[in-house]
Amino acid sequence: MKPGPKFDANRIEPLLRVTGLSKQYVQRRTFSRTEFDVSAFQDVDLALFRGKTLALVGESGAGKSSLARCIALLERPNSGRIELEGADLLALDRKALFLFRRRMQMIFQDPASALNPGLSACEIIAEPLAIQREGTKLQRRERALQLMEQVGLDAKWERKLPFEFSGGQRQRLVIARALALKPNVLILDEALSNLDAPNQSLILELLAELQVSHSLAYLYISHDLSLVSRFADEVAVMYQGKIVEHKETRGLFAAPEHFHTRELLATVHSVESILMERSA
Amino acid sequence: MLPIRGCEQSDELTHRQKLAGALVLLTAVQILILFAGFFAPYNFAVQDRERPFAPPTSLHFKDARGNVHIRPFIYDLEGAGHSAGVSETDSEHPYPVHFFVRGTPYKIAAMFASRVHLFGVEAPGHIFLMGSDAYGRDQFSRFLFGGQISMLAGLIAAILSVSIGIIVGGIAGYYGGWVDELLMRGGELFLALPWLYLLFAVRAALPLHISQWEVFLLLVSVMGLIGWARPARLIRGVVLSAKQRNFVVAARGFGASDAYLLRRHVLPQTYGVLLTQMTLLIPQYVLAEVTLTFLGLGVGEPLPSWGSLLSSLQQYYVLSSYWWMFLPALLLIPLFLVFYTAADALQELHKSVTL
Amino acid sequence: MKYFARRLVHSTLLLLAVSIFSFGILQLAPGDFFAPMGLNPQISSRTIAALRSQYGLDRSLPVRYAHWLRGVLKADLGPSFAYNSPVAPLLAVRARNTLLLTGTAMSLAWLIAIPLGMWSAVHRGKWADRAAGVVTSGLVTVPDLVLFLVLLLVAVRTGWFPTGGMVSAAFSDLNVWNKVKDVAEHLFLPALGLAIATLPPLVRHVRSAMIEVLEAPFIRAARAHGIAERRVLFRYALPVAANPLISLFGLSVATMLSASLLVEVILSWPGIGPLLVDAILAKDVYVVIGTVMLSSVFLVAGNLFADLLLFAADPRMRTE
Repeated sequence: MKPGPKFDANRIEPLLRVTGLSKQYVQRRTFSRTEFDVSAFQDVDLALFRGKTLALVGESGAGKSSLARCIALLERPNSGRIELEGADLLALDRKALFLFRRRMQMIFQDPASALNPGLSACEIIAEPLAIQREGTKLQRRERALQLMEQVGLDAKWERKLPFEFSGGQRQRLVIARALALKPNVLILDEALSNLDAPNQSLILELLAELQVSHSLAYLYISHDLSLVSRFADEVAVMYQGKIVEHKETRGLFAAPEHFHTRELLATVHSVESILMERSA
Repeated sequence: MLPIRGCEQSDELTHRQKLAGALVLLTAVQILILFAGFFAPYNFAVQDRERPFAPPTSLHFKDARGNVHIRPFIYDLEGAGHSAGVSETDSEHPYPVHFFVRGTPYKIAAMFASRVHLFGVEAPGHIFLMGSDAYGRDQFSRFLFGGQISMLAGLIAAILSVSIGIIVGGIAGYYGGWVDELLMRGGELFLALPWLYLLFAVRAALPLHISQWEVFLLLVSVMGLIGWARPARLIRGVVLSAKQRNFVVAARGFGASDAYLLRRHVLPQTYGVLLTQMTLLIPQYVLAEVTLTFLGLGVGEPLPSWGSLLSSLQQYYVLSSYWWMFLPALLLIPLFLVFYTAADALQELHKSVTL
Repeated sequence: MKYFARRLVHSTLLLLAVSIFSFGILQLAPGDFFAPMGLNPQISSRTIAALRSQYGLDRSLPVRYAHWLRGVLKADLGPSFAYNSPVAPLLAVRARNTLLLTGTAMSLAWLIAIPLGMWSAVHRGKWADRAAGVVTSGLVTVPDLVLFLVLLLVAVRTGWFPTGGMVSAAFSDLNVWNKVKDVAEHLFLPALGLAIATLPPLVRHVRSAMIEVLEAPFIRAARAHGIAERRVLFRYALPVAANPLISLFGLSVATMLSASLLVEVILSWPGIGPLLVDAILAKDVYVVIGTVMLSSVFLVAGNLFADLLLFAADPRMRTE
């Protein structure tokens, strides 16, 4: 009996549905011939809905990043299905896949490494448009400036290089770039972990606004439950490559079922205050 | 360990200054060499059998009667025509040094013909600023022309090595797998021989007595072709790490093709390494050409490589009696100092720029 | 032990590849040793053809290579045309001389580099360190060629040192002790030159390796325990710094071999360098191949030795 969110069945269709996804790596011990399989994750089922955030939590090494990359189509899983609005993404050929890539974008943990240090802010944001061959150079620049404003960056910084921005501002750049192709799904891999507390709040606000204005579905990967509690609608807990518990947030905090969930909760400072917050 | 904010700024300034200074000097040297015909009073092959091993001509401003002249003048050797190393000058006949004289014709970069030289003296006077060699050829002129050969050889060979390096290293680093394995093993082969022995071995494969320009081209190609292994390895490293940077992953997520990724994101990361490699390789190759020619295996007479200027020093009597023949060797030292300063400054700047 | 066996196999294969490469490259050269004889009207072309066939020069490349390779296994490196004798004994003597020279120079270089580098590291930033830095940087900018010529000049002008060769004319008449002295006198300048030429990067790396180690917490702990500074340096810091230095040793073998070629020619030390140069000029092809292969053998052996040292010195390597 697989764990699933205890919602009513009166729900809209999921935007993104993942079924039975598994991935193994083949590893070879150095200097020996024996190979063995290391499982990154097995049999994962997930669903993302418009305007809602699903958080995926677990310790480091539980396979979360690997899962995120597979869903973002940056790596191929060994088995399973990924359906976006009904279309089976893993069955598509390169050309069709090229078109689908725009719908899902990934935001990385370290904004510094996610930006090419040699390109200006405008070039960075406009790059996805250039790769997908959208619009003329002028139009792309227009859109890039628009996006800068949307994420709260001053448009006159368009020529600045990444190192001239602060950490929080760089993450805004990454988000602006991710929004360029008007995606439906954003996958955030520990996107707030490298920021300090005030910046985290600011970016969270920004993300919340964008979620509403663009009806985005978020998949947020983290190991930090308390952070996640502030904005996730549902939480899925991953342990050793499998989803062991999947509930809406309040339910998970109030009544954790799996022992690993309880372990993770134990690291959260004050569960009650969080519950109080959430009920407000 | 990161340097303290303020100090790093001032260090960087000095590095930039050093680099700028070095580049200015190098450019000056290049100009001197490119316009060798203009700066040199004589052609490199002009012989004067009556003045073998003449010591450097001294410039005088005061004549025998104690008058001071603004225009410098020289005295010719007394009783020219007998043994080498004669240094007594004939004070009776001063030859004033003229500037912008018309002399033997020459070509700049093998294209523009001219007859104007920066300075010279009227025949039969001879002005040997760095003395003359066994055939009475002006060492100063030969030094300038020799720069054309040796520096050009170094430059072309370095460009060749680095070009091969970027192609091999780029492919190996980006595609990995058996291609990487194969290419790196190939590089290992080239690194398994001490480079001078490798150079000599390949030189041995070339015909010994062919026209000088063919020798030059072959030499340059050989040097360039054998030196690709180390730059390739360095570039492979950069490409490997750049490939995994998140901005490359992100671009792939937008649907970018391999070619786009390489062109726009991966290869630009190698430019820093390439530049530093060039500044290190050019002097190394210049030295390689000089060494080969010095030992008689390089560019032949009468093309004046710096190596041929120095090869007579292998004879003891030249070495001990005619000190001015050593000058080309000594002049190489500041030149290399400039190259290494530029290389060091570049390396420091590169380190501080990569995030 | 398994590690050593694998490295040995790898090295042998590498040398084999080098031999194929060298052999192949050298066959590109038009003409051979006997070609100039063709210009001499007194020697008939039939004689030349007979000479060629006698030495097997008229057979195809793979056949010649196979023949040579078989010979190598029997310690026969082919014939030298110029010296009219087999290559192997010729090479053996020269190889011994080169080893003597490079061994001495290598030891000298490291004997200077390690204390100098350590001292620089300890007194880092002070004028002594800065002075040493300037001197080493200065030495780097002097091309090897110029350095060796200067040494030759010193020998010729001052007469304090012999200007070439390995032994004096009267060598065979000397007793054992004087023989050693004689060789040492001749060895001094070339070894010194070679050591100076390869010294600067060594000093720099010893210094930076020591600086890095000396900043490690365990050094601070040792000092806090009151252990004498000298003991801290030699018994605690140096062994840890040894790891990158041993790798450096492996790399320095290659540069030293290249430099040794030049110093041997300029200062007339009878090693494999001058042999190679002469053989190239004379197109004595088996000597060229033998010499080039030998230099490669030295290099690969040096690297193997460095790997073994690393294996022995660093316990982390043994767990693989």
